Amino acid sequence: MTLADKDRIFTNLYGHQSWDLKAARKRGDWDDTKALLARGQDAIIEEMKASGLRGRGGAGFPTGLKWSFMPKESKDGRPSFLVINGDESEPGSCKDREIIRHDPHKLLEGALIAGFAMRARAAYIYIRGEYIREAQVLEAAVQECYDAGLLGKNACKSGYDFDVFVHRGAGAYICGEETAMIESIEGKKGQPRLKPPFPAGAGLYGCPTTVNNVESIAVAPTILRRGAAWFASFGRENNRGTKLFQISGHVEKPCVVEEAMSIPFHELIEQHCGGIRGGWDNLLAVIPGGSSVPLVPGVQIRDAIMDFDGLKELGSGLGTAAVIVMDKSTDIVRAISRISYFYKHESCGQCTPCREGTGWMWRMMERLRTGDARPEEIDMLQQVTKQVEGHTICALGDAAAWPIQGLIRHFRPELERRIAEHDAMREAAE
Amino acid sequence: MPKLTVDGVELEVPQGATVLQACELAGKEIPRFCYHERLSIAGNCRMCLVEVAPGPPKPQASCALPASEGQVIKTDSEMVRKAREGVMEFLLINHPLDCPICDQGGECDLQDQSMAYGRGASRFHEAKRAVTEKYMGPLIKTTMTRCIQCTRCVRFSEEVAGVDEIGALYRGENMQITTYLERAAKHELSANVIDLCPVGALTSGPYAYEARPWELKKTLSIDVSDALGSNIRLDSRGREVLRILPRVNDDVNEEWLSDKGRFEVDGLIRRRLDRPWIRRDGKLVTASWEEAFAAVARINPGKSVAVIAGDMVDCETMFAGKKLAGALGSGLLEGRQTGLDYDCSNLAAVNFNSGLAGIEEADAVLIVGSHIRWEAAVLNPRLHKVAKRGGKIFLIGPEWETTYPATFLGNDLAVLNKLPKEVADAFKAAQRPALILGGAGLGKGALGACLAFAEQFKLVRDGWNGFNALHFSAARMGGLMLGYAQKGGIADLVAAKPKMLLALGADEVDYTKFAGSMVVYIGHHGDKGAHAADIVLPGAAFTEKAGTYVNTEGRVQFADKAVFAPGDAREDWTVLRAMADALGVSVGFDSFDQLRAAMAAEVPALGREGLADYGALPKAAKSAKASGVIDAYPIKDFYLTNPIARASETMQRCSAELLHGEVFAEAAE
Repeated sequence: MTLADKDRIFTNLYGHQSWDLKAARKRGDWDDTKALLARGQDAIIEEMKASGLRGRGGAGFPTGLKWSFMPKESKDGRPSFLVINGDESEPGSCKDREIIRHDPHKLLEGALIAGFAMRARAAYIYIRGEYIREAQVLEAAVQECYDAGLLGKNACKSGYDFDVFVHRGAGAYICGEETAMIESIEGKKGQPRLKPPFPAGAGLYGCPTTVNNVESIAVAPTILRRGAAWFASFGRENNRGTKLFQISGHVEKPCVVEEAMSIPFHELIEQHCGGIRGGWDNLLAVIPGGSSVPLVPGVQIRDAIMDFDGLKELGSGLGTAAVIVMDKSTDIVRAISRISYFYKHESCGQCTPCREGTGWMWRMMERLRTGDARPEEIDMLQQVTKQVEGHTICALGDAAAWPIQGLIRHFRPELERRIAEHDAMREAAE
Repeated sequence: MPKLTVDGVELEVPQGATVLQACELAGKEIPRFCYHERLSIAGNCRMCLVEVAPGPPKPQASCALPASEGQVIKTDSEMVRKAREGVMEFLLINHPLDCPICDQGGECDLQDQSMAYGRGASRFHEAKRAVTEKYMGPLIKTTMTRCIQCTRCVRFSEEVAGVDEIGALYRGENMQITTYLERAAKHELSANVIDLCPVGALTSGPYAYEARPWELKKTLSIDVSDALGSNIRLDSRGREVLRILPRVNDDVNEEWLSDKGRFEVDGLIRRRLDRPWIRRDGKLVTASWEEAFAAVARINPGKSVAVIAGDMVDCETMFAGKKLAGALGSGLLEGRQTGLDYDCSNLAAVNFNSGLAGIEEADAVLIVGSHIRWEAAVLNPRLHKVAKRGGKIFLIGPEWETTYPATFLGNDLAVLNKLPKEVADAFKAAQRPALILGGAGLGKGALGACLAFAEQFKLVRDGWNGFNALHFSAARMGGLMLGYAQKGGIADLVAAKPKMLLALGADEVDYTKFAGSMVVYIGHHGDKGAHAADIVLPGAAFTEKAGTYVNTEGRVQFADKAVFAPGDAREDWTVLRAMADALGVSVGFDSFDQLRAAMAAEVPALGREGLADYGALPKAAKSAKASGVIDAYPIKDFYLTNPIARASETMQRCSAELLHGEVFAEAAE
């Protein structure tokens, strides 16, 4: 059961048509947005809540609920802001990029609607520094909207003033963390803030702020047009809607595809990716949600339900639904070690466990890769990951720890084999 | 007042307290590195983790978590112990562990806390990180490999000093603390980061490898390098004071100290007067005490005596000098060495009435002729706080670099007569308006006009007195209380043509005007006063005698003696007492205790620690008009304002490098 074409939200995901306003309008974007806004803030938030949309940035927090945390009126004159997270830097993730470069008007219309619903004065779209062409498209699209009166003063003739600013990052993964992103927009070093205070209380420039993923915002207009019930008809309870899956690695045809939530893994791979390279027996492991979630061995993932709860049951997570498939040609230890290097490189250095721990973990992973370690060091590495996990300001520490924990949980025999092999080589040499 | 439980003990904590503060109130020690009471909360060291319910099932950083009703906090659970052990291990894996050659050893937070919370042995077998050396100026020695990135120094520079010059470069394990473009830290409070640094990354440059903390005798004292009376601790070994550290006193210096107060210490062993000198045939030659006193007796001045007190002398010395002059029949006493002659009939008019801590409450401040950063460095952070809270600050006088938003109204004092609308409006709207009258303003006779300003804008109101005079001589308020002020200032002394001029550590006087007088100098450094003197009697520096000091807000404070004066030098009061014998008069005391008792009897406020009460402000004269142009501030070089600082190699180098831009090559090691 594939998602029917009529039920796709991102109808220009592959860029077969133009991204510009004229083409976007043909696809139904900006169609009587004024009427959508006329429903009122509370009705929009209720509709979003009813749709069951959970945040698409990885953590899966209910989007409508998040919007409802914003103050209904400003008691002290501070404006509210919407920040849209397009700093897509998670290895494996590449969905926001497709939205921004091929369907930017979905995002911009969503920004207006979301911003209106949470009574925000403006939206800041933070786009990853490496997305140069995408930023150009987005900036051009914003200009189109201003020229057409869709954004700015009296946006869409709704009587609501709303601005959209595009802010380009400088290529730091940590700026995808919501409070680090706020710091970065403010012109500071991208380092996560302590919570509390939460951004909904004091965020960008000290004003109430909501940070949402690009995809969460971009689906909002369609949800309102087609109704919460339509959106909620996909996926299981608590995991509603459609989702962009990004399948990379050892499949025949890697792709980004919009599918219903809760699709079984094998169905996703068979229908859209042409199967695993070398057949299902050749599947070694899958990282189902971007580099920061633990891997799942091939045998367990085959029938897994691809949604938040289904993957949580397997000890992993949906994350951004960036599915990294690895067949048996993969040096799994090296793959995880490379991910560890990524986290070491991207740690902001603010808090101790992550700053010191990521480097240590990577160096130990490198030794485990060659087997140049003692067997008890596997347990030590596990302990070190536990010392990082849950002790840091933001979730980067957790993200650095989980892939290693997944490796140790599922591939401990492989680690031990390499150590034994290395020892045997050394003994032979002596 | 939230009620919560810490390790089974129920207690109530003040509203707005953090969990860390709650734990401290409950008597629990919470280890920390980045948290500091006077800085913003960073929460980055993760050492203060505690278990809090309700909350997520992981330890929480107690420094950043607000205490709230019904919390159950555990500071000693298995989870907390493990978390602390883990963080400690992470802090140490890239720390060089070079304690034997580190100056922080013995007073290092990292050392202490690793003993208490660490695991004892390292499991880290990889190569350690090293960080390239940084340069932070002549005062701060850096060993950045030891840095644990707590960012206390960064936050201090930005939040307290108001100078954005320390920051972090790079990220992750490559994060490094450095100054902007690796230039020296250039402000008057820069060395406070040495105290703040919990490890040996930033240590004292001049004090490097001098001593270990357990070798030092600690003496409580008062800083005399300016008139704030910063509370300090003298760390001495044998006969030498090796370093000066600030003490905590929220009313005075919080816990900061100016670089001069801290580092002029090496001046205490240079250019010292360690024996008496007598001028013979125009040249000073050494003499014994007997010869010196005989020479004093030969002057035989009769009533024709005047006394000038220097900037750093204690009240006891001034009182002894006053008694001696009185016994001889003279009342010619003056402490304002540079010739100031402002009216001292009512000391409330020349006092910092709002209090040093009180000025923080002000919401509009007019500074008349004061270079705050140089004249009262430790006061500047308080004004920074005023500005941060939205208070408006205006200044009259030549421009200097404020570390907060402030408006200069020009050099002409006449602006006081007709204030710009912006200023008048700000003061009309202010709840707690304040004025700070500095030395340059007093020098131009602005006191009357400032009192008129005080009346105009009601600087004195219920529970608030915003009229402040800011002095920069440690001896000033004490001297004024003891009557060291003539109506016409030092000119009255010049006019009296005294036969004998007694100079008590007075090194800023223009002695050419006293060409006809025999100058007897009692002091500790071979500076200007000694050069002009006919008889030099070696006295004790502030570290070498117990003394009473009154700061610019009228706060009476007592300092203790740390070491003995060098050579034949004696405590000043004993010299004056012996002089009385030589001149054949009696001063009425034979011991220090008797002196103090006599002084307290005469000026009761000097016998009690705390703020002296000077009564109400005088009425302003109707005709008071301000005029004159402030073309310069009295302090020309922050680092060289007194004889101790001028003798200090450290201060000379600071002056040359930080103020005059000379480049010093780093000594090859």
